[in-house]
Amino acid sequence: MSVSYADVEPGTELPARSYRVTRLDLVKYAGASGDFNPIHWSDRVATSVGLPSVIAHGMYTMAQAGKFVTEWAGDPGAVTDFGVRFSAMVPVPDDAPPSGSTGGATIEFTGKVLEKLEGNKVTVDIVAKAAGAKVLTRARATVRLP
Amino acid sequence: MPLNPEYVGRVYGPGEPYEVSRVKIADFAKAIGDSSELCRNREAAVKAGYPDVIAPPTFAIVISMAAAGQANSDPGLGLDYSMVVHGEQSFAHARPLHAGDVVVATTTIESIKSVGAMSMLVTSTDIATVEGEHVCTARSTLVERGGS
Repeated sequence: MSVSYADVEPGTELPARSYRVTRLDLVKYAGASGDFNPIHWSDRVATSVGLPSVIAHGMYTMAQAGKFVTEWAGDPGAVTDFGVRFSAMVPVPDDAPPSGSTGGATIEFTGKVLEKLEGNKVTVDIVAKAAGAKVLTRARATVRLP
Repeated sequence: MPLNPEYVGRVYGPGEPYEVSRVKIADFAKAIGDSSELCRNREAAVKAGYPDVIAPPTFAIVISMAAAGQANSDPGLGLDYSMVVHGEQSFAHARPLHAGDVVVATTTIESIKSVGAMSMLVTSTDIATVEGEHVCTARSTLVERGGS
């Protein structure tokens, strides 16, 4: 079901995806990445430095952007160059806050092919939003397609 | 305190070799919700043309962040880590990291800029196998807020 180089043109859109992120995801990511900064798991520490709540690791958001592209390409090894600027934080409310909402956050991804390169590669521009805010800018990946 | 501009060009490492393992790749893939078989199943990865299971594109941060930490925590640089936010990140992969790779990382301080009370530190970490094959360059921009 993955795309092929012949199928895409500049402007071809990637299928939009929404990824849910919860506190448990951030704890797992802290363990897997080795980034134990408490602003990603402790509301006490996060609010003490002026954050609204625990926020997602920037690298967690970048990893989701990578997944958005590699799922489209059908191969986690397909991305050669990949860069982002972190433009807004992603607050991740607790899973069962007193308000009764479901908690967590959602990061929404859209993207499109910018240009076709030699060697079956394409560049993809990625847009990532959480709660309406752009959380990444200048997010671009070079992807090798079959 | 502004960052010490004399640290531009300093090189840290290479550090101790890091062995990329199947378990670590699978854990990382699970943590980011990447369900690809190529991160878990050696046969599937080999069938796709890789020597072993491969890491997702941002896995290299596990290696580069530890290496860049040597630079960032150098007392003479003057970085206040409690005031730091991650500004930008990029990876240039020559190929995916795969299980069985034994790599070393070398970090260079590329630039230091101060704009008002903000400082920006750009580091570049080269990841290469112990045999000398270049695998990835990870470039990171850290922004130190405030300070005086």
